[in-house]
Amino acid sequence: MFKFYMPVNVASHIISFLAALVLLTAFGMLVQKRIYGLIRLFTWQGLFLSLNTAFVGYVANKHHLYISALLTLSLKVILLPYILHILIQRLKIRKEVETIVNVPMTMLIGIALVILSYHLTAPIRELSNLTTRSTLAVALATVMLGLLMMITRKHAVTEIMGFLAMENGLFFAATSATYGMPLVVEFGVAFDLLMAAFIFGIFFFQINTAFDSLSVEQMARLKEDD
Amino acid sequence: MNSSTMILVLLGVSLGSAIVLAIAGSIKLAPEINVLGSAATFAAGVGLALEVYAHGAMLAGGDFFYVDAFNVYLAVLTSFVSMTTAIFSRRYMKREREHGRVGHIRMRFYHAMYQLFIFSILLCLLTNNVGVLWISMELATLSTVLLVSLYRTPNAIEAAWKYFILCGVGIAQALFGTVLLYFAAEKVLGEGVGALLWTNLGRVSGQLEPTVLSLAFVFLMVGYGTKMGLVPLHNWLPDAHGEGPTPISAVLSGLLLNVALYALVRCKVLVDGAMKTHHAGNIMMGFGLISILVSAFSLLRQKDIKRMLSYSSIEHMGIATFAFGLGGPIATFGALLHMLVHSLAKSAIFFTVGHASQMHSTQEIDRIKGLFKGNPLVGWGLMFGIMAIAGMPPFGIFTSEFLILTATIKDAPICAPFLLLGLGVAFAALFRSVQSMVSGNVPAYQKPITAAHVPVLLHMALVFAIGIYMPAFLNQWFHTAVESMR
Repeated sequence: MFKFYMPVNVASHIISFLAALVLLTAFGMLVQKRIYGLIRLFTWQGLFLSLNTAFVGYVANKHHLYISALLTLSLKVILLPYILHILIQRLKIRKEVETIVNVPMTMLIGIALVILSYHLTAPIRELSNLTTRSTLAVALATVMLGLLMMITRKHAVTEIMGFLAMENGLFFAATSATYGMPLVVEFGVAFDLLMAAFIFGIFFFQINTAFDSLSVEQMARLKEDD
Repeated sequence: MNSSTMILVLLGVSLGSAIVLAIAGSIKLAPEINVLGSAATFAAGVGLALEVYAHGAMLAGGDFFYVDAFNVYLAVLTSFVSMTTAIFSRRYMKREREHGRVGHIRMRFYHAMYQLFIFSILLCLLTNNVGVLWISMELATLSTVLLVSLYRTPNAIEAAWKYFILCGVGIAQALFGTVLLYFAAEKVLGEGVGALLWTNLGRVSGQLEPTVLSLAFVFLMVGYGTKMGLVPLHNWLPDAHGEGPTPISAVLSGLLLNVALYALVRCKVLVDGAMKTHHAGNIMMGFGLISILVSAFSLLRQKDIKRMLSYSSIEHMGIATFAFGLGGPIATFGALLHMLVHSLAKSAIFFTVGHASQMHSTQEIDRIKGLFKGNPLVGWGLMFGIMAIAGMPPFGIFTSEFLILTATIKDAPICAPFLLLGLGVAFAALFRSVQSMVSGNVPAYQKPITAAHVPVLLHMALVFAIGIYMPAFLNQWFHTAVESMR
């Protein structure tokens, strides 16, 4: 097969660019107020992730990465957004706009988390000789931004979106630190994610029935009484 | 039968029962099928244990499974407790159904998920692959999340949501740790599944990059520590264990926590091997000690009996984590024993508490009274269970705590006062509440029930027997396990 070998630094620039896009969508999700907007950002993030995986597979000549790119594409770009759309329609929460307290503060914390991620992964970056190594910090930052999103949001759907963004970060970490985990593991993780999707779907309905809304703020019954 | 087929039977029975119960779970015999499936799993577990006892640690199914003294004893324990819990659950859930707390379809779901849960924790224990371990650990969470919310009350849903979200976040950290572990291993072992196998990792642990592993361990500790409910990652645990159906509380407290600890200990052995320091052990000791202290003081404030027992589980997982962190033959032996006896005693107490709360239609400690007179077997079962869990001789938990304390005084005397303080406070808290529950007159609202005595008596007899006499085979098992962890 004809293969076009691109110079290593061009390849690593493209990978860094895609990584930057993943991080950008993560920041976008942090402050996006509309649920539909969030799903759109999540879909973009999945697409960049999938493109990045395929591209790394191409540059490094690792064919199993094509399979995981395809898996990402079908799960995170097509299936999960579709499930979320259906759930939102059924639950009639289309127009809900969430108030996010203190956007500038959230952004500043986010930036601090990115710096922290670079700091934490510094010793590993020096060990790695992969073209993708500089993206490990971005992956960890995506995980942390997802976590931050889960903490700052008060709506069940947005909490789940944060969770999914975090999972994207983990997947990204696997392709950037190593050339992807073995396929057994990737398929297993995808299976768990799919099962989790069904479970949170059921949960949305249960929460909606029990609390008359999907805001998780009212879930504060179980506390230690002093 | 060779060991590969034995493992396939062990896993196949629970997975098969899950499928059968999911399809045909509406028939009247579903609880009996549940018991039968668990009993068959237990039989297969014993068979596998005998094999390992005779021939030592082995690989099976290519190199997909690995059984040694450490995980096979936990597999037997898991299948045993799952069997007795299924027996307990038969009558208990029938009564819940009569009270209208669960319907037909939910019972079917309950049985299928129960077996799926058992399958996933057995897979966790027996797999040789660190990635598969993570996947099945997540599967164990997912299969129990909707069981916690089975009653669909706002409290139950809130508890289940917390469980789902917090454990999901926690376990995600463990996946990041696993990725880092793979990153380090792949340099030595090459790409592919081989670099994720415990057996291969153990062989080359000395060559793994220490800086990467120390970072990986922090993530693994946070991830599996969340699953274990170690303070400060414990927020979800009292809710999830308190609000779910009692049989589920029993298996969550008795089995799932053990499996998370198992995963952590395997990681710790690896990290210690790579770093040649006591870094991982120190982190575990810190988490363990904080868990013991915080949960002991939280025990004092509990008003709900099942929440109180959940805090006691956190305390005991703290003790075992601390002991594994301390290391050395005596502490490790004590920790292994502690996992065994805590699991047996805690599930037995959950059984009696389940009966007691059905008799009083409440889980509030203040409203449960007069158990000695109302139902002596439930009352005495609870009394002895609490005595055992609080660490009174002659029960097995006394033995394990004594061993751990002795090792602490020798190797880390600075920790001993804190450990003793935690144990003392927990003891006082448990006794204060159990006394008001068992003594006194029978209140008017107490309803008589036919309790399932066999599971309680069996568990308590075992905890008692291990406390006064350690069987030779158990002794040898633990010694082999301790050796493998050096």
